[in-house]
Amino acid sequence: MSEITMNGITKRYSDGFEAVRDFDLDIEDGEFMILVGPSGCGKSTALRMIAGLEDITEGELRIGDTVVNQMAPKDRDIAMVFQNYALYPHMSVRENIAFPLKLAGVDQSTIDSKIGEVAKVLDLEPHLDRKPANLSGGQRQRVAMGRAIVRDPKAFLMDEPLSNLDAKLRVQMRTEVARLQSELGTTTVYVTHDQTEAMTLGDRVAVMRAGLLQQVGTPAELYENPANLFVAGFIGSPAMNFMPGRIEGDRLSLPVGEVPVPDSARGGGERQLIAGLRPETFEDAALAGDDRDRGVTFSAKVDLVESMGSEKYAYFSLGSEGVHSKELEELAADAGLEEIPGGGDQVVARLDAASEIKRGAEAELWVDTTKLHLFDPESGESLTSG
Amino acid sequence: MEKGTREYTLWSIGILIVLFFALMPILWIVSLSLKTPATITEGTTFWDRFIPQDITFENYESLFTGGISESPFIAPLINSILIAIIATSIAIVLAAFAAYAIARLNFPGKAMILAGALAIAMFPPISTVGPLFDMWRTLGLYDTYPGLIIPYLTFSLPLAIYTLVAFFREIPWDLEHAAQVDGATPYQAFRKVIIPLAAPGVFTAAILVFIFCWNDFLFAISLTSSDASRTVPAALAFFTGESQFTQPTGNIAAAAVIVTVPIIIFVLFFQRRIVAGLTAGAVKG
Repeated sequence: MSEITMNGITKRYSDGFEAVRDFDLDIEDGEFMILVGPSGCGKSTALRMIAGLEDITEGELRIGDTVVNQMAPKDRDIAMVFQNYALYPHMSVRENIAFPLKLAGVDQSTIDSKIGEVAKVLDLEPHLDRKPANLSGGQRQRVAMGRAIVRDPKAFLMDEPLSNLDAKLRVQMRTEVARLQSELGTTTVYVTHDQTEAMTLGDRVAVMRAGLLQQVGTPAELYENPANLFVAGFIGSPAMNFMPGRIEGDRLSLPVGEVPVPDSARGGGERQLIAGLRPETFEDAALAGDDRDRGVTFSAKVDLVESMGSEKYAYFSLGSEGVHSKELEELAADAGLEEIPGGGDQVVARLDAASEIKRGAEAELWVDTTKLHLFDPESGESLTSG
Repeated sequence: MEKGTREYTLWSIGILIVLFFALMPILWIVSLSLKTPATITEGTTFWDRFIPQDITFENYESLFTGGISESPFIAPLINSILIAIIATSIAIVLAAFAAYAIARLNFPGKAMILAGALAIAMFPPISTVGPLFDMWRTLGLYDTYPGLIIPYLTFSLPLAIYTLVAFFREIPWDLEHAAQVDGATPYQAFRKVIIPLAAPGVFTAAILVFIFCWNDFLFAISLTSSDASRTVPAALAFFTGESQFTQPTGNIAAAAVIVTVPIIIFVLFFQRRIVAGLTAGAVKG
């Protein structure tokens, strides 16, 4: 069995900085687990601790049934694919892939047959005798994966392997990685900062922030029931829209209108909350159809309309004072939005392509408020998620 | 392309002039080595003096007559070769280990070690000769191989270490991590991944150390007294001419030519191995 169990894993540096704090994660055998989060959240550090390239300050790491805290990387029987491939430049592709097998003392004929298999699976046969310097990015990526696969290890650890590829190649390699993993059935831990990769590749996704695990679950769980403001704003593209909400009596008043207070938020008296609505919960009021009663209609001046062909994105402001919270500032910083003025209270709505809403015009929009998420402004905790 | 050919010829002429100027001393010595003792100072014009009137190889022959015990040259030549090779080998091994630690690890005293190495390199060797002479005589290292190898190591290690640290720093750390995850012990990672990639640096450092040891005159003349360990530069000073009043110019010139040849071979051989960009393609960016 090659499940990976992390119990209370902490990484503390000598100056007191904690890159990973009290991290608990159970990765099942054969599972494709994704660690996702903004830069500096500790995901690469966590991965390197599993690999043995970083020491674990506190906590217990098990691979299978064995506690491996003190075990050297070479004894853990795991394979790693690095962000910058880390291919041995003085060796040919064949020698690169053969390297781990040679170190393990495998005999030459087995090495040759294994290399043949891997080269076939990854389409590297024409390149076996070339040096890494002569390969393209995608080819080098595949050699790095070949080197990992050929060992038939207990687990694959991948540290942002696709982030150095151009966009189109990235999409292509994403499906390759997914296909390989399901064929081989090896436990895989995959680190990325791209939430699209996380959502499309993972069996389960663990969202990290500042060294702490925010939430772990299937992509659907994270999308529909985010545990806190950070996860809600991180997962999903375009991101969830946040707006201030005020509970007065039994009504929740939002910039888009007033709605009844959801059950989960009752009983707190009058208070300010942060409300979240995903772009797809909006629609052009003219096209809203029979679901009208589920939500509220409002009008807003549309700042920008982006037509994607299959849908339209409309950007508008609600004239509210915007929402301020630590988590949202961090998300904005990570996305590079902190310098953009007016980004605070801008809302993006995904509309049907047939919508005729124009830029600069006053538009009637409808939003499905049954899909509302509510968050406590102090702690960021979700009130509406189960 | 007239302009092209004109530029080309002008450049060629210019380069030839510079080359001639730079190589003149060496060519002059070769010419001296081919002259008989009688004709050393003959000739009035430059070309008469430069080209030997009678070309003779007896200067070269006389260096080697008499075998190891009688010839003034063979034993020192062997000493030079052995001492330089031994000192270079030890220096490279020590410097490689030290440079690896300095490039990769953070340990207390690292800055001091680097500063110390630099200070040693800047220290005037001549001021150490007196004390060394005394120390070696007391320790019994006077006129021995170790007696020369140790000072050579002392003064060439800093340079070797600095060269190798610069090369090791260029190698991405991820390559060692990849090797470790692939199943290599740190030593195997060092030997199979790092050293091949640092080869340019290793050969550069080796050339520098070898040349330093081979050409050294100061320690050779001060710390040796017989052919037991005297190297060629020092031995040249003891060459005797036909009589008490003649300088063995031809012999010295011949010895100088012979002594330059190994260096040229050494550098040519290793220069081919100094291929920059050996790490291209290893990592992205």
